[in-house]
Amino acid sequence: MKYVNQPVPKKDAMALVTGKPVYTDDLAPKDCLIIKLLRSPHANAWVEEIDTAAAEKIPGIACVLTHKDVPKKRFATAGQTYPELSPYDRRILDEHLRFVGDPVAIAAGETEEAVDKALKRIKVKYRVETPVLDMHTAKDNAILVHPEEDWEAKVPVGADNKRNLASSGTEGMGDVDEVLSRCKYTVDEVYHTKADQQSMMETFRTYCYMDYFGRLNVVSSTQIPFHLRRIVGTALDISPSKVRVIKPRIGGGFGAKQTSICEVYPAIVTWKTGRPSKIVYSRYESLICASPRHEMEVHVRVGADENGIVKAIDVYALSNAGAYGDHSPTTIGLTGHKAIALYRNLEAYRFNYDVVYTNVQASGAYRGYGATQGIYAVESAVNELAHKMNMDPAIIRERNMPLEGERMYAYDGNITHATSCTMDRCLARAKEMMDWDAKYPCRDMGNGKVRGVGMAMAMQGSSIACVDVGGATMKLNEDASYTLSLGCADMGTGCDTILAQMAADCMETEFSNVVVFGVDTDVSPYDSGSYASATTYATGNAVVRACQELREKICKLGAKMLEASPEEADFDGKTVTCGEKSVTIEEIAIQGTCGNCQELQVTSTFSSTMSPPPYMVGIAEVEVDKETGSVEVVDYAAVVDCGTPINPNLARVQTEGGIVQGIGMALTEDVQYTEKGKIRNNSFMQYKIPSRQDVGDIRVEFESSYEKSGPFGAKSIGELVIDTPCPAIADAIYNATGVRVRELPILPEKIAMGILKQELE
Amino acid sequence: MKISFWLNGVKREEEVAPDTMLLEFLRSLGCSSVKRGCETANCGLCTVMLENRPVLSCSTLALRVDGKKVVTLEGIQKEAEEFGAFLAGEGAEQCGFCNPGFIMNVFAMLRELSNPTEEQIKEYLAGNLCRCSGFVGQTRSILKYLQYKKSQEEEA
Repeated sequence: MKYVNQPVPKKDAMALVTGKPVYTDDLAPKDCLIIKLLRSPHANAWVEEIDTAAAEKIPGIACVLTHKDVPKKRFATAGQTYPELSPYDRRILDEHLRFVGDPVAIAAGETEEAVDKALKRIKVKYRVETPVLDMHTAKDNAILVHPEEDWEAKVPVGADNKRNLASSGTEGMGDVDEVLSRCKYTVDEVYHTKADQQSMMETFRTYCYMDYFGRLNVVSSTQIPFHLRRIVGTALDISPSKVRVIKPRIGGGFGAKQTSICEVYPAIVTWKTGRPSKIVYSRYESLICASPRHEMEVHVRVGADENGIVKAIDVYALSNAGAYGDHSPTTIGLTGHKAIALYRNLEAYRFNYDVVYTNVQASGAYRGYGATQGIYAVESAVNELAHKMNMDPAIIRERNMPLEGERMYAYDGNITHATSCTMDRCLARAKEMMDWDAKYPCRDMGNGKVRGVGMAMAMQGSSIACVDVGGATMKLNEDASYTLSLGCADMGTGCDTILAQMAADCMETEFSNVVVFGVDTDVSPYDSGSYASATTYATGNAVVRACQELREKICKLGAKMLEASPEEADFDGKTVTCGEKSVTIEEIAIQGTCGNCQELQVTSTFSSTMSPPPYMVGIAEVEVDKETGSVEVVDYAAVVDCGTPINPNLARVQTEGGIVQGIGMALTEDVQYTEKGKIRNNSFMQYKIPSRQDVGDIRVEFESSYEKSGPFGAKSIGELVIDTPCPAIADAIYNATGVRVRELPILPEKIAMGILKQELE
Repeated sequence: MKISFWLNGVKREEEVAPDTMLLEFLRSLGCSSVKRGCETANCGLCTVMLENRPVLSCSTLALRVDGKKVVTLEGIQKEAEEFGAFLAGEGAEQCGFCNPGFIMNVFAMLRELSNPTEEQIKEYLAGNLCRCSGFVGQTRSILKYLQYKKSQEEEA
C-alpha cells in the first residue's frame, strides 16, 4: 500500500486554502432571483387569510407564493432511502403553522431590497392556537401538532399523528426488572440533552435553473444528492426524472444537510417562473428553522453485581421531534442500540421510547444521530454506578466492554458478536496518555481550582446494514489516467481524497493519476449519500470492487492485444504481461479508444449486510474554579479504533473536530425557548459554539483493528468521535467537585449552585 | 455614492449605496473568498485587510474604504498557497469555508507578532470560528509554518 494509511493532503486543498469560488453561492448565476421566506411568529397557528397583492406590485418582484400556490402533497425532508422511515408530514407551504419560523410565504425578486419590502407587504390573518411546548405532556395531548388526515407514515415505526407520536417502540431481552432486583448495585437516573445545532460554517443554500431540456437543475450544499432528487420531485409533484442535483464543495454538514432544509423553495420558484433563483439562509434562520439534534430525556436504570459485572440496562428515551418528524423514528434507535451494546455481560435489557411532536423547531440529523444522547446517558449512569461501588470507572469498563468475538447485545447492525474491536487497547492507551491512575479522581491545584478526570466509551456504526448503498465508477481514460466518479458527498471531510487513495492503491498507480468527480445525479453512480458513517466503509468497498473489475478488463484487453488468453495476463499497474510479451497501460488506454468493443469502465455498488462498529475511549481532564463554577477542558485523550485509518491526518482531524463539538454540547451550547416557544439562542452571540480559547490539548491516537469486511480493513469514523465528551466531562466535573449535573450543557452556574448546596449541607 | 480605493493593489472607482456592507460589496466585485457565516460579527469568516489591519467586512460599510487599501485572499494567493500547504498538511483545512478569513487573520497576526506563542495564537485568532477541525490542527499548522519561516530566514 503506497497511499492507503498515508497522510495525503486533500485533492481539493489548494482550491480551498486559496479561497477559490467553489461553493454554492460562489457559483450561482448573477441573475438569480433572490428568495426569502416569511416566517410564522406563532408556535401554533393557521393562516386564515393571506393577501400578497401589495407585495407583488413592488418593482422587481417575480412571484410571491403561499400555501394556495404549492402542491397539496405531503413529503419528508429527511434524506433517507425510500421508503423513508420518517413520516410524510410536510408541505412546501402549509396553512397550518407548527413552530415559530415555519414558512408562511415565499417571495422572489431581482434584488434583496425588493424582496425585503415584499415580505413586509404580505398581509396575513392568523388564527392563533395554544401550542404543545412541553415534550413531557405531548403524547396523547388534546392539542395535535399534526391533526391533518393526509399525514402518512410509510413504514410502521410506532407513529400516530392523533397521539402526537412520530415514533414509539419497545425492545428487549429477558426480564429487566427481575435481573435489576437481583443486582447488588443499581443506578436510576434521568439525563437531559438539548436540541444542539450543527453550526457548520456554511449555512443552508441552493440555487436552481432550468436547462435546455426543460429540466430543473438544483445546485445545493447537500449531503444527499440522490435523495434530494426524489424529495424535490415529490414536493413539486413532478417526476424526479425532471430533476437534476449537483453538489459543489460544501462548507460543512455534520448531518444538518442530510435534510432538505431549503431546496424546495428555489425549486418551486424556478419551476414556476422559469428563472434562476437562489436562497441563502441566514445564521438566524439556520438556528431557528433547520434540523438540530433531538432534545432527549433518557431515563437509565443500570445494575451490577458485587464484582462490577453489569447485568441489566433499562433505557427509556423521550425524544422531542419538534414540529416535523424527519429523522425521528431512526435517530431514536441508536439511542438505545449503540449505548446498550457497549456492555457485553447483560442478562437482560430493555429499550423503550417515545418520539413526540411538539410545536418547536423540528429536529433532524446531527453527527452521532441519537447515539450521542444515549451514550451520554448510559455512560454517565455507569460512571455513577462505579462511584456507588467505590470502583474505578476504568475497571468497571474493563470488565464489561465489547471485546473482539464476544457477545454484543441490542446492536442493530446485524451482528451478534463484536467483529474487529480493540476497545480494550483503546482504554489501556487512553489511561496511559492521561496518566489516569495518578490523576483519578482529582487534584486540588491549591488556587481555588481543582482538576478532575472522567472517561467514557463509545461505539457507532459503519453504514446502515442492508440499507445504505455505496457506488463508484472507475474509468481508464485515453491518457492512462483514471476517473473515479462518486455519488457520495464530500462535505469537507475528505472522502473524495480517501476514496482516491484506495483507488490509486487498487490500480497500483499514482494518487495524482486518479481524477475524482462528484456529484451530479445525471452522471454519478447511485450512492445513498454521506451520512450514517457510510462513506469510508460502504463507498470504499464499492471503489475496491470497481477497481478489481477494471483490472480484469484491462487484463482482458491487454491479453487481446498480445493475442494471448486473459487467464495468463498479469497487471502490475504499468504493464499487462502474458508470458514473454507485454503491453503498457498507455497502449491499452489508447487501444480502448480506437476500434474497441471492450469498455474500460466499471460501476460497482456495495451494500453491507452488517455494520461493523468503530470504537473509542475518551478521557477528559477538566479544571473547575470552585468559586465561579467555570470549567476548562485542559486535556482530552482519545483513542480510536476505526480499523485501518485510510488517511491518518483526516481521521485525526475528524476526531479532534468531533471532540470539540462534543465539548460545546457538554459545556456551552444551549437551546432555550420563551414561554411562547420562540428560540432564544438564535445567533452565535447566544448559541455558544467553542472558540479556540475554549479548547485545551486534544490528543488523538489510533489502536487499529482490521475489519475484514471493510476496504483495506477500514471502518468509518465520522460520527463516533462526538460521543465521548459529554459523559467524560460530566464525570470529570463530578470527580473534581462532587457535583453531578444531569442536564446539558453543564453551565458554570449549575456547578456553582451545586457546590453551594454541598456547603450548605 | 462614488468611492475610489485600492482592491488587491488595483485602483478602483465604484458606485456604492450608503448602506452596502463591505462583505457584499467585495463579493459583488468578484472577491468570493470573502464569506459570511453569521450576522453578529462572531465568526471571522469575512475578515479582510483594510490598511494592513484586519477588519470584519460584515460590519464595515463599503464607503468606509474610500481612499484606502483593501486586501482579500485573492490579493495574496502566493502567501495563501504557502501557508495553506501547512494547513492542508494537517488536514485541517477541512470544508474550507472558514479558511479565507482565518488565513487573512493569520497573516494579520504575523504582521503584529513575529514569533507568537500558542497562547498568543489562540488569543489573536479567537474570533475565527471553525466547526470542522476543533482548532488544534490549525494551531499545529501555524506552529509548523513559523518553524519553516524561521529555518528559511536562518538559511538566508
